[in-house]
Amino acid sequence: MSIVTTHAALVAATRIKGPHIDWLALSPFVVLSVGALIVLLIGLLSSSTARRRVVPTLTLVTLGLAIGFEIARFRHSNLILSGALQIDDVALVLDLIFSVAAIAAVLLSWRGRAAEEAGHGEYHALLLFSVLGMTVLVSSTNIVTLFLGFELLSIPLYVLCASEARREVSLESGLKYLVIGSVGSATLAYGLALVYGATGSTDFSVIAAAVSKGGLFGGVLSDPMLLTGIALVMVGFAFKASVAPFHQWTPDVYEGAPTPITAFMATATKAAAIGVFLRFFDVAAIGAQNKWGPWLAALAAFTIIVGNVGALGQSSLKRMLAYSGIAQAGYMLSGVVVGTRLGIQATVFYLAAYLLINLAAFAVVVARERESPEGDDISGLAGLGATNPGLAWPLTIAMLALAGIPGTVGFIGKFYLIRALVAGDYTWLGIAIVIGSMISLGYYLRVVATIWMRRAPDVPADRAPGQVRTPTGPLPVIAGGSPEADAGLEASGRLGAGELEPGQIAQPEVAVVAIVCAGATIFFGIIPTPLFHLVTHAGQAFAGLF
Amino acid sequence: MSLSILIWLPLVVGLVGLALPRARVGRWSALGSLVTLGIAISFLARFKTGHAGLQFTTDKVWISELGIHYKLGLDGLNVLLVVLTALLFSVSIGWSSQREWDRPQLFYFHLGLAESAVLGAFCAQDLALFVALFDLMLIPFYFLTGMWGSGDRVRATTKLVIYTLVGSFLMLVAAIATGVLASSEHGTSLTFVLSQLRALPLSHTSQEWIFLCFAAAFLVKMPLVPFHGWLPDAYKSMPPPVVAVFSGVLSKVAAYGFLRVVLPLFPFASVHYQTLMLLTALVSIIYATSLAFTTNDARLVVAYSSVAQLGFIVLGIFSLRPTGSQGALLQMVNHGLVTAPLFFIVAALAARAGGSEDLRAMGGIAVRAPALAALFLIVGLATLAIPGSSNFIGEFLILLGVFQSKLAVSVIAFLGVVGAAYYALRLYIRSMHNRVSPSVDSREISWREAIGVVPLVIVILVLALYPRFGLVRSERTVQETVAPAQLLAGSRPAAQALRDAGLSGFLVAGSIRSGATTGAGGTP
Repeated sequence: MSIVTTHAALVAATRIKGPHIDWLALSPFVVLSVGALIVLLIGLLSSSTARRRVVPTLTLVTLGLAIGFEIARFRHSNLILSGALQIDDVALVLDLIFSVAAIAAVLLSWRGRAAEEAGHGEYHALLLFSVLGMTVLVSSTNIVTLFLGFELLSIPLYVLCASEARREVSLESGLKYLVIGSVGSATLAYGLALVYGATGSTDFSVIAAAVSKGGLFGGVLSDPMLLTGIALVMVGFAFKASVAPFHQWTPDVYEGAPTPITAFMATATKAAAIGVFLRFFDVAAIGAQNKWGPWLAALAAFTIIVGNVGALGQSSLKRMLAYSGIAQAGYMLSGVVVGTRLGIQATVFYLAAYLLINLAAFAVVVARERESPEGDDISGLAGLGATNPGLAWPLTIAMLALAGIPGTVGFIGKFYLIRALVAGDYTWLGIAIVIGSMISLGYYLRVVATIWMRRAPDVPADRAPGQVRTPTGPLPVIAGGSPEADAGLEASGRLGAGELEPGQIAQPEVAVVAIVCAGATIFFGIIPTPLFHLVTHAGQAFAGLF
Repeated sequence: MSLSILIWLPLVVGLVGLALPRARVGRWSALGSLVTLGIAISFLARFKTGHAGLQFTTDKVWISELGIHYKLGLDGLNVLLVVLTALLFSVSIGWSSQREWDRPQLFYFHLGLAESAVLGAFCAQDLALFVALFDLMLIPFYFLTGMWGSGDRVRATTKLVIYTLVGSFLMLVAAIATGVLASSEHGTSLTFVLSQLRALPLSHTSQEWIFLCFAAAFLVKMPLVPFHGWLPDAYKSMPPPVVAVFSGVLSKVAAYGFLRVVLPLFPFASVHYQTLMLLTALVSIIYATSLAFTTNDARLVVAYSSVAQLGFIVLGIFSLRPTGSQGALLQMVNHGLVTAPLFFIVAALAARAGGSEDLRAMGGIAVRAPALAALFLIVGLATLAIPGSSNFIGEFLILLGVFQSKLAVSVIAFLGVVGAAYYALRLYIRSMHNRVSPSVDSREISWREAIGVVPLVIVILVLALYPRFGLVRSERTVQETVAPAQLLAGSRPAAQALRDAGLSGFLVAGSIRSGATTGAGGTP
């Protein structure tokens, strides 16, 4: 008996019982991480087809799989990883938004210079890691996970902003984002630490219990450490969401970054930041709503004014969209302020609407930048209605939708937000939103007027509309670059002005993004019920909210 | 046949027209607009007079989470306005189809979208739907003015849109607040259907600020002084067919909005602000009339006369009496019928005066254009409300209504009647009579120009001979609409009308100012 049974007993004793891993619930995270690693590795191959075609395609496949798993996980609310992440419907809806934004970013950068210069594998892997960080962020139930997600989403974006390394503004944008983003993260970390100190736990539910308990002598609500912590956390999130007065970085960074990355940041990062506002303030700190509510409402109103007024004087379409994004962040923050389930649903609805509208607008900007030397200059759009209706219509629809004209999903979004605000006794904030919309008409209509009501300047005869144009001639030398690499790029014909067959669309994938998103804007403006189904899921995830 | 077909047909025609070649699209749009007119007339023919409620209703849930229904219906308030809209758009599109336009597919598409939005706004029986279409109907005009207008058209159209949408966005908040507050104060689910909101009255303070927001939107749209700053530039920049429908129809949606939404839903506020609204209307009448007879631009004479006429309409509505509101409704139709041909006539005058619309460049155009002179005279006399025209009946009823409620206001408003005679005759005489001006090259009116004038003149003459046609369908509905506010104002509506409206609760609750009601006592 002795050797065999002892051996068996030893084996039985040493077989470690691992924790139960809910692979299905974890699937979106797994898909994104594995996809990112595979894309990174494939990008190392020397074959040009592998880099230019296979890598983006694999990225799209990864994102498609992630979307599939996210949809499959609806209505299966789950705490996973020992309570570190909460996969509930609001997180899944936001994950869908991130994935769609990333798909659009990949499509828009298919023919762009950014991926070429940064290396296709690195570029797409960083994009996927950023999406992964966003999904972790909005699923967080824990201070540590929150910070982890926050950093994981930000750091790849710092690099991606600077990826068009030959353009000085791109490098400047990346550096600016790095510095300001780090300040924001540091503030956030400090605030989270203070909250931990005041409540004694990193878990949101424990924090929520501690905050709502109150107690004798004012309890934890009058604790200056907790209040300072909440204020610093608010500042940290505000940096990321470009809420005034922490918005100063947004116009410069958005203008300098490669436009597909700007599109991604404008939609997905904003959604992630608003999502984490929802998570933290409407779950963890909900008990203290009467303390932070008025402050956040004041911030929201200030943001609306600053964003709209700032956009009025812009001559660059990207900067104008940056300021308009700041104002829209103000609108979305109003939904968070109310602290009711209706407010959350309205915010998530508006995020989805904002995604569609902005993607249409940025797709047109990408197309314009490749077509003409004026790039994103608004006055360069003159006469676009006559010369290129395929770009003019999506941009017009996007501008009118952002202004909140009926018939577009932007109107329904504003209607929903104002309704949530009136029902939550914040009618004055609803009026602030409407005043912001009135001001915003000034710049949205300017773009529409330029497209349709101004004559195009004489177009040089050697360039037909719709033809892709990239700069010819020697490019500035970049540090660490090699002349052989430059020669290779030129030889492959990527740096010459493209020749088109008549009737051929220059950039079908960009046109597809523009037209699909513009069509969805009108479609959901008339039949918004599918979007409403989606956000009702999100609202139900917040149990215990009024 | 459902009302939806009437409303969306022009948009469909416009969308199909986008794909047609430029030579065909004008005729296609004109044909489509005639079909729409035919459908509208068929609804008018089938309309049952003497029936107070909604007819031809469509009621579907559009957005259930927001309580918005896609509800349409015709009743005495909007049936004639719907036919007027279809008629004016047909005439304008017919006039346009005789001319060459740049990018014609887009031009007719925007006209089609505009017609659909206006018809929808008139037929909407859901507050959110009404507000959405009210905001939407402005956008095609932004493009129509900015792309095909003249002069400093981009600035003019931007000013127009921003001015109007400032008011309209305030109205949006007020409308949402109406639905939310009504449901929260009465414990019902959120709804925006007008008939349901009428049974859920709001508190007095809510009614007051909501009324002001709605009034802001409607007063800017019409426009009334002091919100008329966008008017001169915008009206001067628009091409003739666009300004004809804009003046003829869009301003009426705002006035109709007072009757459809404000008076039934916010009766307390209507009474509270009655004097303010009457004074605003009065100031508009006097000021606009004086502007009309001092300006030298023919188009602006018509534009300012429009403001004055709308002042009369608002005067009639805020007399808070069925007589005044009946007169207002009739005047809405009359004014639409009169202002559109006037703008086409001004365009014809300008064509004969070397392209200028300045009165000083005109004179003696009647010499070789007797038919034009006759048509212009008929329309001009109708504008000044000569006794015998339907406009006279309308103004008489309005002034009678105001006379009964606020005597002093009606006395001063009579000045507007006199002023109207002055500016209308001045316009006619300065352009058609007197010495032939050197820049004038007069010729008879051609069919291309007459198409914008003759159909409307025929309808003006028919209404002049039989004005009851414009009054009989709206009688019951107007009484029911005005009853709650009338009761609060202290005059005594027939108790029967109130009970018919299902508002007999007012008979009990409304004895605030009037003391005794007419025998209904305390029975609900």
